[in-house]
Amino acid sequence: MLTKRIIACLDMDGGRVVKGVRFKNLRDAGDPAECAMAHARNGADEIVLLDITATSGNRRTMLDAVRATARSLFVPFTVGGGIRQLEDAAAVFDAGADKIAINSAAVSDPALIGRIAGRFGSQAVVVAIDARKDARKVDGSFEVFVAGGRVSTGRDAIEWARQAADCGAGEILLTSMDRDGTQSGFDCRLVREVAEAVSIPVIASGGAGSARHFIDVFQDGRADAALAASIFHFGIENIAELKRELRDAGVPVRWAC
Amino acid sequence: MIAIVDYGACNLNSVKKAFDYLGAKVVVTDQPAALGAADKIVVPGVGHFSALQALDRAGLREPLLQGASGGKPFLGICLGMQWLFEGSEEEIGMAGAGIFSGTCRRFPATVKSPHVGWNSLAVQENTKLLRGIPQESHVYYTHSFHAPVIPAATATSEYGLQFAAAVERDNVFGVQFHPEKSGEIGLSILKNFCEV
Repeated sequence: MLTKRIIACLDMDGGRVVKGVRFKNLRDAGDPAECAMAHARNGADEIVLLDITATSGNRRTMLDAVRATARSLFVPFTVGGGIRQLEDAAAVFDAGADKIAINSAAVSDPALIGRIAGRFGSQAVVVAIDARKDARKVDGSFEVFVAGGRVSTGRDAIEWARQAADCGAGEILLTSMDRDGTQSGFDCRLVREVAEAVSIPVIASGGAGSARHFIDVFQDGRADAALAASIFHFGIENIAELKRELRDAGVPVRWAC
Repeated sequence: MIAIVDYGACNLNSVKKAFDYLGAKVVVTDQPAALGAADKIVVPGVGHFSALQALDRAGLREPLLQGASGGKPFLGICLGMQWLFEGSEEEIGMAGAGIFSGTCRRFPATVKSPHVGWNSLAVQENTKLLRGIPQESHVYYTHSFHAPVIPAATATSEYGLQFAAAVERDNVFGVQFHPEKSGEIGLSILKNFCEV
């Protein structure tokens, strides 16, 4: 049976894993290769490395971190942050990533999705969407934001997810900005609406705080995978323990431990 | 020496890296002569069935078939396994290697496609490639088309229907999943291939 995936996300700055609340009060959480291996040993089904600053000066450092992490990691490995063109993606693949995640660059140039998919395959292209409830609308729709959530686009999240899939995206990484960093639970309605709109897998992100939240987003939100960062780093939730709770609740998971 | 066939259609890093990790000697090549010199051959692949046309363009089809029929251990991964069949609905009219009978088909409309993620294996007895792999082991998949469950299937998975997860006949092996991305289980399978 196909299992629901638990994905550990490592936020990176200057070659180190960092953790803060909404990109503030960053503190060092370790070496990316070591963190990735530890998560994989603990049962993470996939690892995402996200360059949260993505300045040009950081590119080389980031690629070195990707290379070091990829060397002994044998689960799917996604890298995101600062990928603006095909060449950026190619450099990340060359360093050992299996998939890349693109966000702002895909919104401003949707054809970029197809260009990367055309060369590396759709399975290698994750389109990341940051969305939040559109306060101007009464229908409860969600709006897409770019540039780390700072810039509003006026675009509907469900429509954009559909278009991204049509352009050749292999998966959607959907972050609820309303829930991100709150540990108050995933936005199940947002996730379900996108999951029902596209045939490609949807990874839910933003709001993970307890095992119950994961159960809800898989059962109620119809997510194919769920991603979390902070709760895994500092041991609030242990992935092996989380998987036991998911299994007991009837959610199929890979039993890695 | 294991030759990993590079036909320009996909990222081969992860496959090479896994063999490197296991201490195997590997060469990534698009040269027919290098296939003749290798002890074992791996055809990786992901993406569209038509990408396999590059094998023909590079003049690799004949050396690959010779290697397989000449008894060299041969492993097709994902699209590389589908190539071992007669063809695929994904690119009608394009011939596969035809080493295994049957055609690769799309998943039924009752399930989302592509099939992405970790799925469990039902492993048959007497397989060299999957020796020591426990029942219900999880492996990582990413594909939209699947190969039929033929007598040579040594493992199956279920996604809307039963499909061939692995096939094996004598020296020729194929896996639909990605052993190089399937953690310890995947590494064990590649190690078995190194030791065949």
